[in-house]
Amino acid sequence: MSKNLRYKSSKLVDETYRISFKFNNKIYYGYKGDTLASALLANDVHLVGRSFKYHRPRGIMTAGSEEPNAIIQLHDNTSRTEPNVRATEIEIYEGLVASSQNCWPSVNFDIGGINNILSPILPAGFYYKTFMWPKSFWEKYEYFIRKSAGLGKSPKEADPDLYEHKYIHCDVLIIGAGISGIMAAKMAAKNGLKTLLVDEKSFLGGSTIYDNSEFSKINNQITSSWLEKEINEISKLENLEIKTRTSVAAFHGYNFLLARENLTDHLPINQRDNKIRHRLLKIRAKKVITATGAIERPLIFDNNDRPGILLSSAVKKYIDLYGVACGENNILFTNNDTAYETAMSLVQKGIKVNAIIDNREVIDSKLSYEVEKNNVRIFKGHTVVDTYGYKRINGLSIMELSKDGQKVIGKKIRLSCDSLGVSGGWTPAVHLFTQSGGKLKFREDDQVFIPNKYPSDQLSIGSCNGDLSLEEITTNTVLSVKKFLNINNIDYKSFEIITGIHKSKRNIWLLPSDKILGKTKSFVDYQNDATAKDIKLALREGFRSIEHVKRYTTTGMGTDQGKLGNMHALGIISETAGTKMGEHGTTTFRPPYTPLTFGTIVGRNVGEFFDIIRRTPIHDWHVANNAKFENVGQWKRAWYYPKENENMHQAVQRESKAARECAGILDASTLGKIDIQGTDASEFLNRIYTNAWSKLDIGKCRYGLMLNEDGMVYDDGVTTRLDENHYIMTTTTGGAANVLGKLEDYLQTEWPELDVYLSSVTDHFATISVCGPHSKKIVSKVIPDLDFSDEKFPHMSFKNTKIGQIKCKVMRISFTGEQSYEINIQSNYGKSVWEKCMEEGKDFNITPYGTETMHLLRAEKGFIIVGQDTDATMTPIDLQMDWIVSKKKYDFIGKRSLYRSDTIKDDRKQLVGLLTENPKEVLEEGAQIVADVKKSPIEMLGHVTSSYYSPNLNKSIALGVVKGGKKMLGQKLIIPMENKNINVTVADPVFLDKEGKRLNAKL
Amino acid sequence: MFLINCPFCGEREQSEFKAGGEAHIERPKQPTELSDDEWAEFLFMRKNIKGVQFERWNHAHGCRKWFNIARDTSNDQIKAVYKMGEKPPVK
Ligand SMILES: [Zn+2]
Repeated sequence: MSKNLRYKSSKLVDETYRISFKFNNKIYYGYKGDTLASALLANDVHLVGRSFKYHRPRGIMTAGSEEPNAIIQLHDNTSRTEPNVRATEIEIYEGLVASSQNCWPSVNFDIGGINNILSPILPAGFYYKTFMWPKSFWEKYEYFIRKSAGLGKSPKEADPDLYEHKYIHCDVLIIGAGISGIMAAKMAAKNGLKTLLVDEKSFLGGSTIYDNSEFSKINNQITSSWLEKEINEISKLENLEIKTRTSVAAFHGYNFLLARENLTDHLPINQRDNKIRHRLLKIRAKKVITATGAIERPLIFDNNDRPGILLSSAVKKYIDLYGVACGENNILFTNNDTAYETAMSLVQKGIKVNAIIDNREVIDSKLSYEVEKNNVRIFKGHTVVDTYGYKRINGLSIMELSKDGQKVIGKKIRLSCDSLGVSGGWTPAVHLFTQSGGKLKFREDDQVFIPNKYPSDQLSIGSCNGDLSLEEITTNTVLSVKKFLNINNIDYKSFEIITGIHKSKRNIWLLPSDKILGKTKSFVDYQNDATAKDIKLALREGFRSIEHVKRYTTTGMGTDQGKLGNMHALGIISETAGTKMGEHGTTTFRPPYTPLTFGTIVGRNVGEFFDIIRRTPIHDWHVANNAKFENVGQWKRAWYYPKENENMHQAVQRESKAARECAGILDASTLGKIDIQGTDASEFLNRIYTNAWSKLDIGKCRYGLMLNEDGMVYDDGVTTRLDENHYIMTTTTGGAANVLGKLEDYLQTEWPELDVYLSSVTDHFATISVCGPHSKKIVSKVIPDLDFSDEKFPHMSFKNTKIGQIKCKVMRISFTGEQSYEINIQSNYGKSVWEKCMEEGKDFNITPYGTETMHLLRAEKGFIIVGQDTDATMTPIDLQMDWIVSKKKYDFIGKRSLYRSDTIKDDRKQLVGLLTENPKEVLEEGAQIVADVKKSPIEMLGHVTSSYYSPNLNKSIALGVVKGGKKMLGQKLIIPMENKNINVTVADPVFLDKEGKRLNAKL
Repeated sequence: MFLINCPFCGEREQSEFKAGGEAHIERPKQPTELSDDEWAEFLFMRKNIKGVQFERWNHAHGCRKWFNIARDTSNDQIKAVYKMGEKPPVK
C-alpha cells in the first residue's frame, strides 16, 4: 500500500486539479504543478532506477536539473518515447506514462544487481581493462553490457513533434529568475534596456520563492512575500520579456547563447497537436547576466546512495513548494547551517525530524537553537559512517569525528530513519560561465570556485557568483548590476536582512569511516557509479590531470556531467595528492548544460528540408519519365531511367548502348558555369590551368585541368572563348562553389593587378547534351538555322545562335567520346528545348541517360572524374595526363609542386586500366589491389576507383590507382575479395576508340 | 560564434564567413627558382600561434570579398579588421 505524504499544498500545486499518471505500469495520482518526482514522493515512491555499473537501487536525489539518478523513459513504446528524462524536471500531465530505464528486467528485481556483489572486481577502468582485450571478446560482452546497462530506448518511428529555431537579439539577457535575476531584470528593464529573462523552471523566484520562514526577512517582510511583490512588478514591465521552462544550453563566445524553450512537454498529449514542442533560441545579447544560483553538495560517506537519501535542499523544496514529505522519520546530515532551515520547514508542518548529524563541533545560529527547542537531537562533531536498507534507507550509524576530521572515534550509534537529507554546502553553478571561456578562482573559506575573469561583456550575480547569504545577494546584486549596466535609476535603497543562519562550515571531502576504504562504497558520481575508492585508485595508477581521472573513472561523464560530485572528485584528488585545490584544474563543462533532444537541435531541418535541394529546369520531365535520382552535392541529378521492370544494371546497359549506337540525351545543367571577363582573362586562365590559353581562338573550346598549389588535381572542365576578353568556364557539379571561391581568392589576394571579373552563371542556363552518331541530325532539326557541318562546326568549337527568338549557345564538346552537342539556353526554356530534342530524336531512338550511364561511357574512354578517380593525392602525371601540363609556361598554380622530390617518384599511385581475367566479372569500386597474396603482411598497391560492365565492349572494365602502375602495362595483379581472389591485367585506361574517330563518325 | 566586422558590409555572423588561414604569406613570384625546402616553407609551414594571429577571412555568403583580421586565438577576440594589401596593425 502506498502512503500519502502530501501535507499541505502550496501556491504551485493545485490540489483541486488531480492528475493520474503511470509509472512502471502502476497508476498514481498527483496534482497540477507537481513534477514526476514530487508526485512519486507524495506516493512514497523513492526507488526509481538502478545505477549504471553496479545496478544499485537508486532514488530521487534532488529537485532540479542536476538530478543524477531519477532519469526515466517517458512515453513507453510510442514514437514520442524519450530516454534520459529527469523526473525532477518533467511536470506531470494527464496520461503521463513513464518507466525506469536503467534496470532489467525490472526496477525491483534487477539482474545486474549482481554487479554490486561482484564490485571488488569492477574497479575504475574496469571496462577499459577487461573488455577491450582481447578485442574479439568485445562483441560478446557488449550485448550483455548494453542490455543490462540500459541507456534507455530510442523511438523506432519518426518524431511526430514540431520544433523550430528562433533568433533573439537583446540588450541584456538574464539567465535565472531567482532573487538576484529578478532584481537584475527589474533594474535593466526600468532603465530602458531591452531585457530577456529566462528560467528553466515553470515558475519564477528560484528557491527564494518558497523561503517562507519567520527567520528569513527582507525589509521586515517574509522573504518569499517580498520577492512575490517584485515579481508582480516586473511582469508589468514593457521592456522585459520573460521565458519560463527555458533552459540555456550553451554560452558561446561573443555573447551568443543557445536556449531551449519547452512549450508543450507539460501539456496533456491531446493538447499538443500542431504546436511547437521545443524552440531553440539563438540569442545574441549585448550583455549577459548569469544568475544561475548554486547547487547543493552531497556528502561522501559509505553507502551514501540509497533510495531515501536526498539533498537537504531537495527535502526542503519538496515540503515547502510541493507540500510533500520525503519521509515520516527524517534525519539530516550536514556540515553547515542550511540543513537547519530544512529541519524547521519539516518541524513546522509537524513532520518528525529524528536527528541532525553535524560535522561541526560548534554550532551557533539562531535557527539551530530553534531546532533544538523542537526536540530535534543534534549530534555535533559527528559523521554518518554507514546506512542501511536495500531499496529504501531504514537507518544509519554515526560516530564522532576526530579533531582533524580524518578518523572516527568512540562508539557507533545507530539511528532509524526513512529519509536522509544531506548538505555539504553549496557549489556556485558556474557551468555557463566556464562554457563562455570564463576563468575561475578558488575561495578557500568555503571551498568554492567562483568567477574571476569574464571573457565577454557579462556578469555573474547571486549565488553563482559565490554570494551565498541573503545579505550578500541583495546588496552585491544591486551594486554590481548598477555598475555593469551603467544605470542610475535604481529602486532599491538599502536592505534590512534577517536570517537565522551563519556561514560557518566544516568541509571534509571524503568523510572517514570505521571500515577501510576498500570496503566502502562512497559514491562521488551517482549516475556513473564512480566512488572515492575509484578516484584514489586512479591516482595510485599514476593519473594526475583531472581530465584523465575523469575519463578513467568516468566521474562526471554522465548526462548530469557530475553536477553534484565534481567538486568532491577534485577535493579527493588534491587531498590524496597533497596539492592545493585548483592546481589540478577544474573539469571543463561543455554544452549542453542539460541534454537537448535531437528534434530541438535540427528544428525544421528534417525530411525534405534537411538540406537545400537544387533541381534543374528539366527536373519535372525526369520525374514524369520515371527517372531515379542521385544526390550530387545539393543537386538532384537523374541517375537512370528504368523502363518497366528494369533494374539499374539493365537500364544502364540499355542507355549506354543507345548513346553509342543511336543517340543519347543528358541533362548537364548542374555543371558549374563561371563567366570570366576582363582584359586579363586569358592571362588569368594561363595561371590557373595547367595548359596554355593565350592562343585559343574565339569560338573554340578547350579542356582544362586545375591543380592546387600542392600539385594535386583540384577540378576540371571545358572552357570556351566567347570573345577576346570573355570566357565561360565549366566546372564539376560538386566543385562549382569551391572553384569560384578559389579563383576569387587568387584574384583578390595574389593578383589584384589583373583586370578580371568572375560571376557564377550556373543557374542561368539549362544545359542539354545530345550525343551519339545521330546527334548531328537531331540538333540540326532542333536548330535549323545553324550550320552543323564538320567544316563550319568542328569538334571543340562553339556557336552563338537562336532557337526561335531565344538566344542560345551551342558547344560541340564530348564527355562520352561520341559526337556530341551541348545546348545552353536560358533556364526557363530548358524543358521545352529538351522536349523538342526528344521529339526530333524519336526517329533516331534518342534515349535519355542519367549520371550512371554518363560515368560508364566516360570510363570506356578513360576520362577521369575528379573526386572519384582522384583524391587529393593525384597529380596530372599520376593520372597519365602529362599531355595537358604545359612545359612552356613559366608558372601556373601547382607547377612548382610537380617536381618536388615526392611528386617525381615513379612509384607513386598512378591511374591505370584494369581488365578482369573473366570478362563477366565486375570489380567492386574501392577494392584493394595487390600483387602477392602469399606474402604477409600483404602489400597494398592501390585500389579500384571506377568499375563497370561495358555493353559496348562486352566486358568488364575498371580504372584504378596502382603504385608504379604506369610501368606495369600487361602485368597480372590480384584483387583479393572476401571469398576469392580476382585476377586482373593492367591495361591502358582508354578502352574504346583511342584514336577518337567516333567524335566525327558519319552514319 | 564570432561577430565579424566585414570592412565592406559591416558586422555579420561568423556563419557568413569562411576562414582562409594565416595571412601575409605571399605566393612566391618565381616559384621555379625555389628549392624544395623553400617551396615547402611557403606551401606547408604555418605558425598556428597562441595569441594574436593575422588571418585571412572571406565573406563567402555576403560580398565575397577577402580581408584580414587580427584574432587572439586564446579567446577569439578580434583586435582589428583590415583590407587585403594593408599592413597588419601593430600588436
Ligand atoms: Zn562583406
